[in-house]
Amino acid sequence: MLEVKDLRVSVEDKEILKGLTLTINPGEVHAIMGPNGAGKSTLSAVIAGRDGYEVTGGSITFEGEDLLEMEIEERARAGMLLGFQYPVEIPGVKNVYLLKAALNAKREHLGLPEIEAPEFMKLVREKLQFMKMDNSFLHRSVNEGFSGGEKKRNEILQMLILEPKLALLDEIDSGLDIDALKIVSEGVNSLRDAGRSIVMVTHYQRLLDYIVPDHIHVLSDGKIIKSGDKSLALELEKRGYDWVIEEAAQ
Amino acid sequence: MSLAEFTDQWLSAVTPQISEGPGWLTDLRQGAVEQFAVLGLPHARLENWKYTDVKALAKRSFTLPKAADAEALANEKSLGLNAIRLVFVDGVFSESASTLGNLPAGVQVLPLAKNANAAKPVLGQVAAANFSGFTALNLAAFQDGVLIDLAANAVLEQPVYLQFVATEQENPVLVQPRILIKAGTHAQATIVEHYAGSEESANLTNVVTEVDLADGANITHYKLQQESTKQYHIASLHVEQKRDSRFTSHNVCLGGKLARQDIQVELSGEGAEVNLNGLYLGNGRQHLDNHTLVNHNAPHTNSNEDYKGILNDRSRGVFNGRAVVHKDAQKIEAHQSNANLLLSDKAEIDTKPELEIYADDVKCSHGSTTGQLDENALFALRSRGIGEEMARGLLTLAFANEVIDRIEISAVHDRIEEAVAGRLPEKFNLKGLV
Repeated sequence: MLEVKDLRVSVEDKEILKGLTLTINPGEVHAIMGPNGAGKSTLSAVIAGRDGYEVTGGSITFEGEDLLEMEIEERARAGMLLGFQYPVEIPGVKNVYLLKAALNAKREHLGLPEIEAPEFMKLVREKLQFMKMDNSFLHRSVNEGFSGGEKKRNEILQMLILEPKLALLDEIDSGLDIDALKIVSEGVNSLRDAGRSIVMVTHYQRLLDYIVPDHIHVLSDGKIIKSGDKSLALELEKRGYDWVIEEAAQ
Repeated sequence: MSLAEFTDQWLSAVTPQISEGPGWLTDLRQGAVEQFAVLGLPHARLENWKYTDVKALAKRSFTLPKAADAEALANEKSLGLNAIRLVFVDGVFSESASTLGNLPAGVQVLPLAKNANAAKPVLGQVAAANFSGFTALNLAAFQDGVLIDLAANAVLEQPVYLQFVATEQENPVLVQPRILIKAGTHAQATIVEHYAGSEESANLTNVVTEVDLADGANITHYKLQQESTKQYHIASLHVEQKRDSRFTSHNVCLGGKLARQDIQVELSGEGAEVNLNGLYLGNGRQHLDNHTLVNHNAPHTNSNEDYKGILNDRSRGVFNGRAVVHKDAQKIEAHQSNANLLLSDKAEIDTKPELEIYADDVKCSHGSTTGQLDENALFALRSRGIGEEMARGLLTLAFANEVIDRIEISAVHDRIEEAVAGRLPEKFNLKGLV
């Protein structure tokens, strides 16, 4: 599904990712962990297509296509969605407009006609209910005045409606209380499917109690220095990152 | 053409109108004729008309409206409100197209031509005839209009919907309505002025609205101008506010080849408050001008103004918002903001928020910005698969929505949002969405 090969990325001439390699297969759930400054958010930003990140080497392919050659919106239409760490407030753009425009863009990409209004409303209401969000939310501006938890729930709601092939969740757990974390996790878990991959970038092991990954990677100084199964998270929680970094240095 | 020749020509076109009405009215009209003869049309040497040149108008001739049947057009253009509806075709009241319904006690809604005498205590009390050549011309020869008279404590739940329909005429028509609103102590009402019509109409609308608010009165005024882009639209709204009264204006300007709106508010009693919300959207070569003036004449008065403009193609916007805080008008608050989005390199805005303060204990702010769209928001929308043009369209509509969302009547809100979305550039592709 996603192949990152020897990826090198610089920000303002400073190399942040220094040869990162990662393979995500369909149906897998991966967690990428690591200390501050390891390059976690740079990796998400490059995959999403943000400006200001210079790829100096390596490649990223998504279902065999060169992701780095695709426009931001093409990546989403192809099925790659990013859940933001800090969802942007967009005053004046109603959630319903965003959802409808995004869903129709995807349908057009798939050669489907625009969704009929009743069908769309039925779908949206069902997903809102699942995320324990009120219907009035549809006519509120995107993330405007939302609490941290509401913003993250909104990111997951968009995923439930747009059904990406690969969901990349950037610190989806940051700033969430336990109730919100449970709702968000249920949303993500409902997306788990043999054909769909999920990548979580996170700082905390707590998230992984709720969304149990198949693979865990430790990112440090721009490279993946250790990979393992879910037991690695527990060990990191207990012992911190230093031992992994030392082990890798040897 | 000399000024005298020009004023003669225009006045001769409206002569039959000047002699219309009871004696007190024809006297008043005659006085206004003399003022118009002196003032003529405003010219660019006047500070208030520096950016809006109406010279082209002087070369045109206009006739008085003929009775026309435009019920179908009126229904097609109607906002479809649950309201007391008065339809004016080229400025003339159409009884058959209107629905006055049952008015609550203490409320009068009277078409002006047939009820001129009722207007005697109100007409010209708030709007000075010599405010400009246009106001003088309106008083000299207004054809029709309405008097909305609310007794003390009268509350009108239904809005009054004044629908002005422009028809296509071989000889363009000079449409001159007069709207008089008098609100007694603690009276409350919502008035909607709506201008729309044939896409081919090339008339000149010259409307004057006077609003007089007694202590504690509360009036919400909507003005939606969607005339054809061949029309000239000149409007002035004059408001007098007594103690603790509140006036809210929502002014949406979408139509017209050249449109000029003046708003003048006198905050003359303590605790009076005015809110001015405005939106203008220009395409093609439209010229849209908004001039507002708020006089804080009494202490503890508040004014809030928020105008937003979106200018595309070669359109041009003018905004001038002036607040004057007079001596002894202490403890007032005056806030003004004007923000603009230019969608093309050839579009232009001349903006000037002005504060003039002669008191020392006041809270005032003003600012104007001409901006770009938020890049982060653009990225966020594109990251969901929305194409760049549509994302720009959504954000442009969002900018307009900051003004539109203050509109409380949902039918008006939705129609305006739709109209704005429909007038944004085609490439934004918002039509199926909103």
